[in-house]
Amino acid sequence: MVEEIGSTADGNIILNVGPQHPATHGVLHLVITINGETIQKVEPHLGYIHRSIEKMCESLTYRQFIYVTSRMDYLSSHINNHACALCVEKGLQIEIPSRAQVIRVLMDELTRIASHELWWGAMAMDLGALTPFFHAFREREAINDIMEETCGARLTMNYMVPGGVMQDIHPNFQKRVKEFITLFKSKVSEYNELVSGNIIFQNRMKGVGNLSAADAISFGCSGPTARGSGVSCDIRKLYPYEIYDKINFEEILESEGDSFARYMVRVREMSQSISIIEQLIDNIPEGDFQAKTKAVLKLPKGEFYQRVETARGDFGIYIVSEGGSTPYRIKFRSPGFSNLSALDHMARGSKLGDLVAMMGTLDLVIPDIDR
Amino acid sequence: MFIFKYIKEVYSGLKSLVVGLRRTLYYFSHHKEIITQQYPDNRDTLVLPDRFKGEVVMLHDDNNEHACTGCTACELACPNATIKIITKFDITPEGKKKKAIDKFVYHLELCTMCNLCVVACPTDAIKMAQTFEHSVFNRAELTKVLNKPASKIREGVE
Amino acid sequence: MWSFSKISKLMDGWLSANFSPTSTMVIEMVIAGIAVITLFALLGLVLVLMERRVAAWIQIRLGPNRVGPGGMLQSLADTLKLLVKEGMTPDGADKFLFNLAPFIAMMVAMLLMAPIAFASDFQLWDLNIGVLYVTAISSLMVISILMAGWASNNKYSLMGAMRSGAQIVSYELSAGLSIMAIVVLSGSLNLNEIIQSQADGWWIFKGHIPVVIAFIIFIIAVTAETNRAPFDLAEAESELTAGFHTEYSGMKFALFFLAEYINVFIVCAIGATLFLGGWMPFHIGHWEAFNHVMDFVPSSIWFFGKTFFLIFLIMWFRWTFPRLRIDQLLDLEWKYLLPISMFNILLITLMAILDWHF
Repeated sequence: MVEEIGSTADGNIILNVGPQHPATHGVLHLVITINGETIQKVEPHLGYIHRSIEKMCESLTYRQFIYVTSRMDYLSSHINNHACALCVEKGLQIEIPSRAQVIRVLMDELTRIASHELWWGAMAMDLGALTPFFHAFREREAINDIMEETCGARLTMNYMVPGGVMQDIHPNFQKRVKEFITLFKSKVSEYNELVSGNIIFQNRMKGVGNLSAADAISFGCSGPTARGSGVSCDIRKLYPYEIYDKINFEEILESEGDSFARYMVRVREMSQSISIIEQLIDNIPEGDFQAKTKAVLKLPKGEFYQRVETARGDFGIYIVSEGGSTPYRIKFRSPGFSNLSALDHMARGSKLGDLVAMMGTLDLVIPDIDR
Repeated sequence: MFIFKYIKEVYSGLKSLVVGLRRTLYYFSHHKEIITQQYPDNRDTLVLPDRFKGEVVMLHDDNNEHACTGCTACELACPNATIKIITKFDITPEGKKKKAIDKFVYHLELCTMCNLCVVACPTDAIKMAQTFEHSVFNRAELTKVLNKPASKIREGVE
Repeated sequence: MWSFSKISKLMDGWLSANFSPTSTMVIEMVIAGIAVITLFALLGLVLVLMERRVAAWIQIRLGPNRVGPGGMLQSLADTLKLLVKEGMTPDGADKFLFNLAPFIAMMVAMLLMAPIAFASDFQLWDLNIGVLYVTAISSLMVISILMAGWASNNKYSLMGAMRSGAQIVSYELSAGLSIMAIVVLSGSLNLNEIIQSQADGWWIFKGHIPVVIAFIIFIIAVTAETNRAPFDLAEAESELTAGFHTEYSGMKFALFFLAEYINVFIVCAIGATLFLGGWMPFHIGHWEAFNHVMDFVPSSIWFFGKTFFLIFLIMWFRWTFPRLRIDQLLDLEWKYLLPISMFNILLITLMAILDWHF
């Protein structure tokens, strides 16, 4: 996995990290120029999992292309689908019933928690502690079981359709979500005991990978990566969609900009998502779960853009329509791509062992970057 | 003073380590927390939710009749051409020609279990079954014909 | 009741009655050699399985439980698998050193088995500088690691081996100083005498706080010596380089793997002997009745119980803590463990002179 592919005259060695990783980030190929233990330059080479999703969407109708976006950032699959459904609804200018809106936001927040759980477990595993991974998956299993009961699948759910959601929630949904909230609250103190409070973790993450606020903005970072440097960029607060402007939640900001700050932002975001779910779970309004739409959807000629806040950051979908039943061009703005571009800047001057901590806190999912 | 800071650092570091150790000792000793399901042994008691999307099946009732009219709504709704409906012409008792399905070909190897075909069907003829053990040794077994032989459409379904 | 020492004395009596003294000695050496090799194999199997089960229970899952009752034959299956794997030697590697390195690791482990007292009066070699012998021979471990790293003809194996070498050499200082604590208190380097001096209570209870500090430092130092987590940056499924035994496969890798587990057993045995009393049952001062009851449990059970408790402790550390970076690791040793153990030695010497222990 690591091989030298050349050396320059001033004693720098060029080495490959990846594309086969022992960590769980996906197929990422980094070409590092290193002098002894200190990193001089990091160059990501992408494209190992490029599946031309954007081109594929040009031959699928507006109902059919949504399932493909689940496979991009597969950890926040509901949120991706949500973005697509919202963009199509923006084009068709239809109203969503409030029951569908609440269900969508609930599913989004559950997905966010599941994604952060997996990130937490994988991050601990990269740094060498193999136990928190299993503890994280216990909570994630609870969420997956909820999803399995209502949506029918555990990872790529395909539950959102233009107009609302595909099926009504299962009668057991509220009970299960409440059980999950109790489970999560009883286990969240463990996260601090096992990982955040541990002095070894703190030493490996504090002061590593500093990203200032100005740099975060100039690289286009979003999501917890930027919020760890103090940049306020939560799309749910700045450009609220669905019913986020009516829900009471805080945007978590930390100011140090190192890996530990980004780590704490994500851990606290999990608790914020729990509080959003608590506000909504007892107040799901009655009504339709799907607005009536025509059988074949045709967007009017024009361009439509929608941004949502996925677990990784600011995800955008841009549809160019010529009036037909399939889009002319779809472009996805993936948060991971911009976050990854900050890796070079953060890693210069650090040790080789810090690179893993940095990649972990950026929370990269490579299929999202390569589409 | 330097020495006090030093001692405090050592003490707080050790304390954080001990707290972590206590948590893992708890899990080591409490085996009821284990949530592993021992899969091949528990096939008898395994219950999958009703909505689990395993594969598409066509519903047949006791008289071997199904509800598929051959309208190809599912074939049009499917994003990657997993369903192919082959129709034939039946002669009704009144002597008229009526379209009926001959074969409902379903390529399990292409299906992404997205549920769009089930939602599109106007007569609720197909649904998702809860099977998940689809591994075969011969790829030809993955191309399935969903309507059972000698089955015909139920009366009154349109 | 039977005991190991009775069996060995019986055998010795029978042999010397029927053979000349020289051939008795030779036969006894052969028997001892075979016994040690069998113990190695058994320990390897048991420890690998124990590691996997302990890891699984900490991680809220079941460990191997299919092969044999409760998974007991799992290690046997793994050994068979490793036997049939292809053992490749990299091109351009120094063949002699490459093949020799795993055997040196095993030899060091076998040599260290000699002074350990497994039960009362059951020791391969009761030499009067037992402690010094143990610390000296365990330093030879570095040679096999450096040999493996150098002979692999792989820049990253070499880097991993160098890091590991630096780590082991540094932590030997703290380990040595903690061992010194017990030597100062009991006044002898002979392992048997140290155990006998614990007849009225183990040193960890008798020499209260300073000896507890020495014990904690000892445990941390030997975890680092044997390259176990959280100090396993040179070998584990680590971030980038894969350590000094990258290029080894098949039986040679199995030898390194086994040597690591045996090393863990040995350092835990030494720790149990010095701090927890070896095969000495749990005695409290001069409470004769209580001590007499405790004596009913055979001494070998005491010894193995204590050693496996320490092994469990080391495994517990592995599955709870993340890895330290190489500079943090060396920081820990030179800035924290060494000053504290030096200060501790002063305290213990004071304790021994002024008789402030139990």
